[in-house]
Amino acid sequence: MIFKRPFFWVILAVSALFAVLPLKGNNVDLREGLILGAVSIILATNLNLMIGYTGYVNFGNIVSYGLGGYIGVYLVASRGWPLVAAAVAAGVAASLFALLLGLAILHLRGAYFALATIGILEAMKAFVSNFGPWGKAAGIYLPFDVYQSLGGPMQALWTTYFLVIVVMGLSLLLSYVIKISKFGLGLFAIRENEDAAIVLGVRTSLYKAMIYGISSFFPAVAGAFIFFKSGTIEPMQAFDLTLSIEAIVMMMLGGQGTVTGAALGAFLYEELRGYLLTSPALSNFHLVIAGGLLLLIVLFAPAGLMGWVYRSVPRLRRYLE
Amino acid sequence: MSALLEVRGVTKRFGGLVAVNDVSFTIAEGEILGLIGPNGAGKTTLFNVVNGVFKPDQGEIAFAGQTITGWSPDQVVRLGLARTHQIVQPLNDMTTMENVTVGGCFGREQLSLEKARQLADEVLKFVGLSHSAHLLARDLTIAGKKRLETARALAAWPKLLLLDEVLAGLNPTEVTSMLQLIRTIRERGVSILMIEHLMQAIMNLSDRIVVLDFGVKIAEGQPEEVTRNPQVIEAYLGDPNIAEKLMESE
Repeated sequence: MIFKRPFFWVILAVSALFAVLPLKGNNVDLREGLILGAVSIILATNLNLMIGYTGYVNFGNIVSYGLGGYIGVYLVASRGWPLVAAAVAAGVAASLFALLLGLAILHLRGAYFALATIGILEAMKAFVSNFGPWGKAAGIYLPFDVYQSLGGPMQALWTTYFLVIVVMGLSLLLSYVIKISKFGLGLFAIRENEDAAIVLGVRTSLYKAMIYGISSFFPAVAGAFIFFKSGTIEPMQAFDLTLSIEAIVMMMLGGQGTVTGAALGAFLYEELRGYLLTSPALSNFHLVIAGGLLLLIVLFAPAGLMGWVYRSVPRLRRYLE
Repeated sequence: MSALLEVRGVTKRFGGLVAVNDVSFTIAEGEILGLIGPNGAGKTTLFNVVNGVFKPDQGEIAFAGQTITGWSPDQVVRLGLARTHQIVQPLNDMTTMENVTVGGCFGREQLSLEKARQLADEVLKFVGLSHSAHLLARDLTIAGKKRLETARALAAWPKLLLLDEVLAGLNPTEVTSMLQLIRTIRERGVSILMIEHLMQAIMNLSDRIVVLDFGVKIAEGQPEEVTRNPQVIEAYLGDPNIAEKLMESE
């Protein structure tokens, strides 16, 4: 059973730590820092399912986040849905969208698939920018009174924080459960050699579409919470290619294919970005760093931080998967 | 004996090239059928058509009582027809054990992960790869990778195994132990269709031989008959006295 595995408890402990740390002394600064870290972990962890597990580079990974944000905000603002229900609906809708899209485009391989995902991202941005019910290019603003149902704006910020931490914990668990399952083994086989995987009996088309759909769920839920929290959503910010690429850097930095690696890379990168963004001399310099970092990782450490950790302390493989 | 595999009038074209031209043959249960012919004769293409990598332009393939023409390779293997590749296709960054577990999980029995691991353990012992179980597949020797191909296919629990030049590139000792392995597999009730260039080996192993040349079946029969067939000698063997030489020594 999964409860007997050490890594299950590692995930639980880390998530609990995220939830508890800012509570001490009502530390709002720490909370705002950690929520960014948590969102990065959610994006990188779910992206890892596509790239690290299945070997399909998805430059449009941010589509599910933005789409989830739009659906969630729209359902809360215009339809009066409760936040959690809206977020789950956003997750389900984004997953179904990805699943259907996956069945259509996942026969493409390598660079062609990657190009198609960029196309999807841009098409989605263009569509939403012209979609009347979602406010076209101006986006949607949440009326202030939606926060009343969560006990006022201050309380709402805490509530969304805890919800995002829950999504983070579930993302990590999902990633881990898939990694140790038969489904995961099939995905790894696809990553290593898709033609061989088919001959060995893996239903590759179905598996790829499924993981595309599954990996879209939690980013969409997180998107709904985050854009609810910020009170506004508009296309440029929701479907930002830069964020997609940064998610790839995060995952590569920590080590693709491992649960710990994707999460650790995301957290470290987010910390670094926070520092670079707030330092006045280096405004927007973080993208230069991200680009340089990606180059260095791909050239010299394709297995990322975890590759180095596993080589140095092989025993850690058992505890940090 | 009923036919396990029946190939009827199969043709496969690539543009203007007819790689396989109206080929028919059958394999009975428990039989080893050898497929020989010069390079480019269409042997591997025929394999690819049989296991669903390519769709035939004409003809039909029936396996275990079902028509499987046009099925995809993953469907074919679930029905019990597994294969190895001439150019080995290891799942490089996975261990030998994991490679074979994939075969068990997604093969005919669709085993659970746990059961597939147990089976992989046995299969690795059977093919003599136990000591390399936890090595990454990329780190195996060529002989090891050939055995891995066979092990993965066996883990699928097939009724029919297609072996594509599993002896190529092996040294004499490795060839001997691979031949032993193939015999043992057949004794366990698995039928085998094999492509091989090592004449002596295939003549001694096979119950029957099919010879392809330029995509056409030019001969079929017992090894002795085939090696005496003038057309086969001209197209492939080259030496009229080859039959005696091949059958004498093992």
